[in-house]
Amino acid sequence: MTNLTNVLVPTSADDAAAAFGDGSGVTVVAGGTIVMPDIKLGRLCPERTLYLGRAGLDRIERSGGMCRIGAATPVSALVDGAPEPLATFAAHVGDREVRGQATIGGNLCAPATATFSRGDLQAPLLTLDARIRSAGSTGERTDSIEDFLAAGPDGRLVLEIEVDEPKRAASASVRRPHAHAYTILAVAAAETAAGIRVAIAGAGPRAVRATSVEQALADGASPEDAGQKALDDVDPQDDAIASGNYRRQVLPALVTRALGDLS
Amino acid sequence: MRLTVNGIERELSTRPLDTLLNALREELGITSPKAGCQQGGCGACTVLIDGEPRRSCLTPLVAVDGATVTTVEALGEPGNLSPVQAAFYEQYGLQCGFCTPGFVLATTAMLERNANPSREQILEELVGHVCRCTGYVKIVAAVEAAARGDVSEAALEAGATGPSRREPEVLVPGSPA
Repeated sequence: MTNLTNVLVPTSADDAAAAFGDGSGVTVVAGGTIVMPDIKLGRLCPERTLYLGRAGLDRIERSGGMCRIGAATPVSALVDGAPEPLATFAAHVGDREVRGQATIGGNLCAPATATFSRGDLQAPLLTLDARIRSAGSTGERTDSIEDFLAAGPDGRLVLEIEVDEPKRAASASVRRPHAHAYTILAVAAAETAAGIRVAIAGAGPRAVRATSVEQALADGASPEDAGQKALDDVDPQDDAIASGNYRRQVLPALVTRALGDLS
Repeated sequence: MRLTVNGIERELSTRPLDTLLNALREELGITSPKAGCQQGGCGACTVLIDGEPRRSCLTPLVAVDGATVTTVEALGEPGNLSPVQAAFYEQYGLQCGFCTPGFVLATTAMLERNANPSREQILEELVGHVCRCTGYVKIVAAVEAAARGDVSEAALEAGATGPSRREPEVLVPGSPA
């Protein structure tokens, strides 16, 4: 491990976990796409920084119906190397250059801002029943993605994300024709051993499962009828990218489209 | 921090969490990467890191320790432009020029991967580059011309003579523009 005046560069996952400790006073940098502007503008003054780019956490392994993805895997590697609907969502992140740099771990831990949500990959990870392996003061542990998102990333260093290979998957999204390709609204759907899961990104500070939609499907509802249930699961708000009203109008149709593509 | 910039190995004293953009501009005096939005949205700071276009404003220096960085200064020089530079010149693919280094580098890298991109592929690949002179029509025409190899000898030799040409005493790739 190299120590460059408070910038630690671990060369293995164990080194990274040891350097992270309980995370207090530690700023984690991998791709840098979120954290670098904050450092540059002085909004963030790291006491100690952990640079994850050389910790060997950038591999994708697919075997036995599962896919394991290192936390520092670039989003671009997911486009060709991850199961759907994660691959399609990855292809919609930023532009080619940002995708080559941004990482899945950063996307998972991205804090929402006051003006828009970030972390589009949370929705496909929810549908794929992702497990998040992380290190922290209590040692290493694995959480379901729902527990991880609910608790937030503070005090945890994400090491690896494991997802099931889906039997089938689909997605639908409204994209913004602009370099800042934050998604206005996106829906992911997948069937795994855990059943059919549907998740929505862009309708709140972080992605959520559409459990009402899932229940309606389980009860035999059509894609159209199940789509209408999505508004029971989220309460879209206005932000810098789109109005809550627009999102409420569009969301059922997106869910219906994704479910139509799933079958 | 050691990195190879435009073919020359450099040892930099810029701090590891400062941006590559800052190191290039302030420490090495290489001013073609532009400090535009400085939050990854405009593409004016794009350089090639190990051959791949990347935002130098989002790249901490620690991430490029040992890497090879290329800026437009290494692509060509007045009188001996690269085909992509010549195509931008010939097709009027620039107005004020602020976004041009990013476009030229992203185009150069794209054509290395895919010598014959469709119009849709060009737009998708370059979507992260913003031109505030609203010159996209000419820029895309320049990229298409470069892909076709439709670049005249005169364009490749542009800048060889002219009142604005200043002869540097030593012409080193990577010297200040």
